[in-house]
Amino acid sequence: MAKLNLVENAINRLVPTEVNGKEGIPFKGVHKYTPQGKKASPKIFSANQYPLDGNKVLKSLRDAFEFCGIKDGMTVSTHHHFRNGDLVANMMFDVFEEMKLKDLMWFPSASFPCHIKAIDLMEKGIIHHIEGSMNGPLGDYCTEGKMKGLGVLRSHGGRWQAIQDGEVKIDIAVIAAPSADPFGNANGVNGEAACGSLNFALADSTYADRVIVVTDNLVPFPCIPWQIQGNNVDAVVVVDKIGDPSKIVSGTTEITKSPDRLLIAQLVADFLEKTEIMRDGFSFQAGSGGISLAFVLFLKEKMKKRGIKARFVRGGSTKYLVEMLDEGLTDYILDGQTFDLKGVESMRDNPRHIPTSPFTSYNYNGKGFFGTFVDAVVLGATEVDVNFNANVVTHSDGRLLHGIGGWQNCLFSKCTILAVPAIRDRIPVIVDEVTTLTGPQELIDVIVTERGIAINPLRKDLIEKTKGSGLPIRDIRDIQKEVDEICGGKPKPLKRGEEVVAVVKWVDGTILDSVFKIG
Amino acid sequence: MVGEAGRKGEGVRSDCFARIELKDSGGIELNVKSKVEAMYGDKIRELLYRELEFFEIKNCLLYLEDTGALDFVISARVECALKRANPEIKKEFLLYMPERFFKKSEKERIRRSRLYLPGNEPKFFLNAALHEPDGIILDLEDAVSPQEKDSARILIRNALRSVDFKDCEKMVRINQGPLGILDLESVVPHNVNVVLIPKVETGEHVRAVDAKIQEIRKEKGIKEPVYLMPIIESALGCLEASYIASSSPNICALTIGLEDYTADIGAERTNEGKESFWARSVIVNAARAASIQPIDSVFSDVGDKEGLLNSCLESKGMGFEGKGCIHPRQISVINQAFSPSQKEIEKAKRIVLAYEEAQRNGLSVVSVGTKMVDPPIVKRALKTISFAENIGLLNKEWRSEN
Repeated sequence: MAKLNLVENAINRLVPTEVNGKEGIPFKGVHKYTPQGKKASPKIFSANQYPLDGNKVLKSLRDAFEFCGIKDGMTVSTHHHFRNGDLVANMMFDVFEEMKLKDLMWFPSASFPCHIKAIDLMEKGIIHHIEGSMNGPLGDYCTEGKMKGLGVLRSHGGRWQAIQDGEVKIDIAVIAAPSADPFGNANGVNGEAACGSLNFALADSTYADRVIVVTDNLVPFPCIPWQIQGNNVDAVVVVDKIGDPSKIVSGTTEITKSPDRLLIAQLVADFLEKTEIMRDGFSFQAGSGGISLAFVLFLKEKMKKRGIKARFVRGGSTKYLVEMLDEGLTDYILDGQTFDLKGVESMRDNPRHIPTSPFTSYNYNGKGFFGTFVDAVVLGATEVDVNFNANVVTHSDGRLLHGIGGWQNCLFSKCTILAVPAIRDRIPVIVDEVTTLTGPQELIDVIVTERGIAINPLRKDLIEKTKGSGLPIRDIRDIQKEVDEICGGKPKPLKRGEEVVAVVKWVDGTILDSVFKIG
Repeated sequence: MVGEAGRKGEGVRSDCFARIELKDSGGIELNVKSKVEAMYGDKIRELLYRELEFFEIKNCLLYLEDTGALDFVISARVECALKRANPEIKKEFLLYMPERFFKKSEKERIRRSRLYLPGNEPKFFLNAALHEPDGIILDLEDAVSPQEKDSARILIRNALRSVDFKDCEKMVRINQGPLGILDLESVVPHNVNVVLIPKVETGEHVRAVDAKIQEIRKEKGIKEPVYLMPIIESALGCLEASYIASSSPNICALTIGLEDYTADIGAERTNEGKESFWARSVIVNAARAASIQPIDSVFSDVGDKEGLLNSCLESKGMGFEGKGCIHPRQISVINQAFSPSQKEIEKAKRIVLAYEEAQRNGLSVVSVGTKMVDPPIVKRALKTISFAENIGLLNKEWRSEN
């Protein structure tokens, strides 16, 4: 890989000025960068190029790719609504191999361990590089410096922004659809592989030049609701099976049994009650994952006891949020992705359970997004530093661990709470400086750990509100000191590699930080 | 000579596995695989060298597989592996014990909740006190398999010295019989506050344990008391309860283990507890007669918070002062149930104020309003007030607030 020119951005992190052949703009600060120009636009097509009977079904995925004019060096996108149960990206990889294509860029909204085959394709030069979240074996492949191009990590909102701003031009989008009609209308609420919405693919479907819908459940026109509109679709392919339902809506909805995580969840709920953020008509976001789910249950108890109702809850929906909706504890669920079958059913049957896209909830380069006026969000992190910066993408040893997901976008909430254990085995979570900066300090308000709650000094209002509340409010450095002592002193600083292997984008398209090669 | 100790494999966290091969030559060879290598690898090796030097091991092959264990765990596993390799080794590798971890207890202290921790599972030790039980029991008995007793004994010894149990009373449940006596040698010199004696059926049983404790205290110059909590778990134990309760002045509380008791009498254990009503009542009466605390058994359905609360209220109604916990989520329910209610505190305040007023005026009769209050009621009110003050339910300055 050519040596990159690195510069310090506004928060003193070293970032490259060029990313995969395009100019990289260093992060300027929160709310400091406003892009100029026009949005990207796909090619114009005509109805005279498509069958007038509305039947776009082709007999194989290869036929569809050929119809769409696949060529070496193109960018092909997929969505991750099936999570680790996705079968379609792998079918696509087979076609790439069969057609002996070269130097493709794969642009998934997220990758999962089931996509391990991508490594093989990168080794063979079929895929040049991946822009999208990478973890597990793909994450290791990237952090070990084996990928030809730079990894580009974007939030869900940042991915929309990148497509919309023309930073990433999708040549062909492949959309796995639990239900579709021959015209290409598609949704995620019906069928064997039902996953809820398909909205992570919405930008792909509107901005890509070519769109292929792959389904295992072809219904006669019209496929209702048409979350993906057939008017954007070039071809429809029917296969036996697009995903493994047991892995699509996986075990993420189990409430944690870990006493320490339950304690953290309880403290988060107590915090929202004592600060009166929990009040009639409020809104909050809770994701999947043990602490978030438990927090919802504790908050629900408090809301019931005090007769408080939320205006909307932002999901990742689970059966616990659905119960709140059914019991009238919230007017709406605004749902980004669905984590279990109850969520899928509710989205299908309840008009108050609304699928949202990264455009409405998260896109920064637009005329606002509702993520900025959610009253409170509860998120996780792998590391937090004493200045309230946080890391969600790399492990403390520098390896890629998670995608950003909606995490960066959620930080804009009126009260951003990171609920994290202060110690993971012998690893202190509060550090002097985060390995990879994924979220800047001015957006992170509260850190809740099993050893106490730290409030960002910038939030004088919250500090004032919690005085005399009985909550265990502590200085973040106190908690850090306590944990360091338990672990046997401060951890040895990570020896960072020289070479940049991936960049972390900020929601506005600028570069927030770099991930360096390990070892 | 080879010795192995500790745990490895899937699902193991915050623990480690040590395998040591003692040799005649070749020096010390370390092979460390640690999840926290990048951060603490050097420190782990430093500890291993220090420990091997302490045991005067000059030639060995030491393999350590670590999933994020703290020093007190690593050194315990290595010590155990070493002692298994060479049972002649008797020395103990003791880590530094910070002053603030040292706890002194009192016979009459509050014992609403006591949390059982399996003695060979270090991952549960570290955060146990954060859940604020009144006491923490490191269990060497039922929670530890027979072949791991030696390992758990060393681990618990280290935990008593190196884990911050904050304001919790430090308790250890020892094994029955001769194993239990060995347990005492490992824990008594290291700031254990209460020893729980399982399956007690006679006063002699308690006296034997007590005598051993006193012997160790004398030998090691331990000044702080070590209290006893006998657990009655059989029909015979119940019939002997009053002798057991008064068998040593160091007994602070008497408790019952219902799992074994119900099996012993041939009844099924139910949530309602009708089958054990008599036995529990016997415990309360035997304890009260001996002026010690009666403490109830555990409630085993961790998921049933309402059932737990009802069970606690029933226990409290019978005269018990506390209950065992098998999961941290039970602690707050138990603590709350065994604390005086706001109503009880208000009533006690009125009685105590009337009592103090009567004392000032040299009156022997205490009356609240038009009602005369008997001395036992006054005594109970005083107890309620001091209880409420101690657990922070009542400001110590409450008299001036009225």
